[in-house]
Amino acid sequence: MTSETLVPFEDVLAAYDPALGLEVHVELNTATKMFCGCPAVFGGEPNTQVCPTCLGLPGAMPVVNGKAVESAIRIGLALNCDIAEWCRFARKNYFYPDMPKNFQTSQYDEPIAFNGYMDVTLPDEGGDGETFRVEIERAHMEEDTGKSTHVGGSTGRIHGADYSLVDYNRAGIPLIEIVTRPILGAGEKAPAVARAYVSQLRDLIVALGVSEARMDQGNLRADVNLSLSPKGSGTLGTRTETKNVNSFRSVERAVRFEMQRHAAILDSGRAIFQETRHWHEDTGITTAGRPKSDADDYRYFPEPDLVPVAPSREWVEELRGTLPENPVLRRARLQESWGYTDLEMRDVVAAGVMGEIEQTVAAGASPQAARKWWLSELSRRANDAGVEITDLGVTPAQVAAVQALVDAGTVNDKLARQVFDGLLAGEGTPEEIVEKRGLAVVSDEGALSAAVDKAIAENPDVADKIRDGKVAAAGALIGAVMKEMRGQADAGRVRELVLEKLT
Amino acid sequence: MSDTTRRTAADLAEALATGETTSVALTQAHLDRIAAVDGSAESGVHAFLHVDTEGALAAAVASDERRAAGAPLHALDGVPIAVKDVLTTTGLPTTCGSKILEGWIPPYDATVVARLKAAGLPILGKTNMDEFAMGSSTEHSAYGPTRNPWDLERIPGGSGGGSAAAVAAFEAPLALGTDTGGSIRQPGAVTGTVGVKPTYGGVSRYGLVAMANSLDQVGPVTRTVLDAALLHELIGGHDPRDSTSIDQPLPGLVAAARQGAAGDLTGLRVGVIRELQGEGYQAGVLARFQESLELLTKAGAEVVEVSCPSFVHALATYYLVMPCEASSNLAKFDAMRYGLRVLPEGVDSPSAEEVMRATRDAGFGDEVKRRIILGTYALSSGYYDAYYGTAQRVRTLISRDFEAAFGQVDVLVSPTAPTTAFKLGEKLDDPLAMYLNDLATIPANLAGVPGISLPSGLADEDGLPAGFQVLAPAMADDRLYRVGAALEAALEERWGGPLLDKAPALEGGSK
Repeated sequence: MTSETLVPFEDVLAAYDPALGLEVHVELNTATKMFCGCPAVFGGEPNTQVCPTCLGLPGAMPVVNGKAVESAIRIGLALNCDIAEWCRFARKNYFYPDMPKNFQTSQYDEPIAFNGYMDVTLPDEGGDGETFRVEIERAHMEEDTGKSTHVGGSTGRIHGADYSLVDYNRAGIPLIEIVTRPILGAGEKAPAVARAYVSQLRDLIVALGVSEARMDQGNLRADVNLSLSPKGSGTLGTRTETKNVNSFRSVERAVRFEMQRHAAILDSGRAIFQETRHWHEDTGITTAGRPKSDADDYRYFPEPDLVPVAPSREWVEELRGTLPENPVLRRARLQESWGYTDLEMRDVVAAGVMGEIEQTVAAGASPQAARKWWLSELSRRANDAGVEITDLGVTPAQVAAVQALVDAGTVNDKLARQVFDGLLAGEGTPEEIVEKRGLAVVSDEGALSAAVDKAIAENPDVADKIRDGKVAAAGALIGAVMKEMRGQADAGRVRELVLEKLT
Repeated sequence: MSDTTRRTAADLAEALATGETTSVALTQAHLDRIAAVDGSAESGVHAFLHVDTEGALAAAVASDERRAAGAPLHALDGVPIAVKDVLTTTGLPTTCGSKILEGWIPPYDATVVARLKAAGLPILGKTNMDEFAMGSSTEHSAYGPTRNPWDLERIPGGSGGGSAAAVAAFEAPLALGTDTGGSIRQPGAVTGTVGVKPTYGGVSRYGLVAMANSLDQVGPVTRTVLDAALLHELIGGHDPRDSTSIDQPLPGLVAAARQGAAGDLTGLRVGVIRELQGEGYQAGVLARFQESLELLTKAGAEVVEVSCPSFVHALATYYLVMPCEASSNLAKFDAMRYGLRVLPEGVDSPSAEEVMRATRDAGFGDEVKRRIILGTYALSSGYYDAYYGTAQRVRTLISRDFEAAFGQVDVLVSPTAPTTAFKLGEKLDDPLAMYLNDLATIPANLAGVPGISLPSGLADEDGLPAGFQVLAPAMADDRLYRVGAALEAALEERWGGPLLDKAPALEGGSK
């Protein structure tokens, strides 16, 4: 692996136009595999979720998973695609040990969904929230291969390995491959467009509920095609295909890297070699994979063991009715209704709590209060516990109930945190926790007044400063009162009392 | 030979029902017959690749117990059967006649095998076949040829020569075969037995090791039309594991066979296919065919000639579609997971690719390699449309010819095979001559329609059996049985008994 010469990004743009193409594989979350009844869950002991069909044993036959077809159609519709009235599976023939039949059952020239688009919103450093239309060529169904582990050797790849292990649990898991048309005209925004497309596609998949869509677990895998052509030429250059780029950030980095690398090669008068590239997360570079030419001959032909898939128009329309709101429109609608700034909204989206906040607001909390709890207190606790925030065990209804106690003056923010402790410890409803833990704010004016008098008596210097007009010094007295009251006082009321008594 | 093995399956079922015999007794009788006449790769009939004495007898014991308890599973419960070695059987080797699968024991039963077991039929063993069902003589078996019981120097047809010879040699009353281009019907014709290729989708293919998925079909191999109907009804019907299986009830086949045996075909229109007679057909085969037509007329049928002009392209079409599908189907035999594994000579720590190459080179026979190469070539980029694409279009034309013909007549007929059994080795080096054996049987596979072959008599010039083929529209398999049973009854009346009574006694077996 040698370090590549790279051309500065600005210089790439001065001389070349990039053309992008993205192929995203989405692993569906169906209960069973694409063509058999084996469980399609992640993480089983190797080769325990297999049967004659997904092992490709002689004589075994495939049967199409209807739920996978349904998911494929819903993805297609959400990407504004046409849905085929009649389409078939095909065999893609090539030899590889992790493919039990030595052909992959896929779709070729008759995809289930085709001719769509997605409007991608670019991050708005300038604040304009520009959208860019990415055209979708097709979304088709196929089966995953087994998973090879190459043992020995330095690279973890098959060449140089001492031996290889194959786990066929993954063989036959349903995949939807979503292929864009060449994305032209993105210019300097090409890396950002690539990232935003994959990120938004993931949001869409999550909203559809058809996949876990976790890039770190390989539920969603992106291949990045990139080529450069001389600026303004209107041609398409030779492309490279960087495989399995598995985070949004890496998608952006891979595009940027390949643009800079291609430019260096082209600038030196050499030609781009059409090949796949491996992405290295740690170093942020790509290295050569295998040569790939358009003449790769997979000898596709229609799978004779399966009958055509012909979804009725009634079914397609019924499925159209199940589509979630477009994530982009939904985000804009919620931001507007909540009155969040762009920055606030971006943090909410990044934390993945938009839905939680929506439900918390629906349960009666103000949007700002809901955002505060989810983004600060609960995010921190989820981080500490090492779990997803949605798995923390606190519901939006509970958050709204805690906030209602704050709004009523029953607890203050500090005490509210102790209510969350109680919730996480399973001590009952927020009201019960306040009761059991004795957290309610003391609203007895007599006790409060006595405590203020005591604090003034014990801190005569501070009291004098306030009498002299240095109101800012009140903080020290308020702190002393709160300490005396063991936190169970309304700090605002304490401040009022202090000032009343000293000014 | 004991009388038991000469009896039909229907007769044996009756004998079991009345308590005249037991499943153990008749299973043992067939095992004895196999031991006496089947021999080995070098001599004897060699219909079987594996005989499961223990399993068959255990199943027979269980059957007798059910029978004694008054709870038989099926009319054929206890009647033994042989199964072509291309159908998967739990715990029994399944080699498909190939070295590449030597020693492979499937972990699952083909649906048809599961149905046999669920009905209580003891499985005698697995029958010999051309490697991966590729051939018309069973000479392409990697385990040595099967010999025709009528003349042990002649071929029993193929690819299902083992099943046909087993039934013709009275080693089994029933057998399962598979038919991709004639592999049930042509062996039936040259061994004087009955073979049926059901409607495509009428019988599950789950567990049938595919040669050409869009053509393959499992079917019965028997000595009488009624026995074929009994077996066909048992194995047929929808299977959710086979997406191409038809989800409709089968027409009554046994009822049709019984109706036909009464001999009245009044009102039935029979079409003789003009393109499947004449040049290339042996005179004795054609003479027997004409006689059968006369008998059909005598039974009240109206016999007319119909033309199916696209049938002349059937053979060429078949030899594109079949190798294309086969080349892909056979890719899975790569030494990685099961079956033969050969390490290349003189290579230290060979790669997976090198092991695959060495194994496939050693494990496949010439005919299999020939078809893999043909199919790989025809599917290649730049040739696909010209070969596979054109073949699919011609296939549609052949289907249309059938539709047009069935608009005029109820069934179509032809000789099953152009000749009687040829000598072992005679056509082994001439693939094209071998392929011509299937001229008359292939159109049915390409169109998915059902067909039956039944014996029409012995050709005058060589005294060997000839076959009569009846074809019907898809899902009208009952017509095969009605016409077949009527013709069978008329012919046996003329012969004074079953044609197989005229077969010579086999060495080792007493007659």
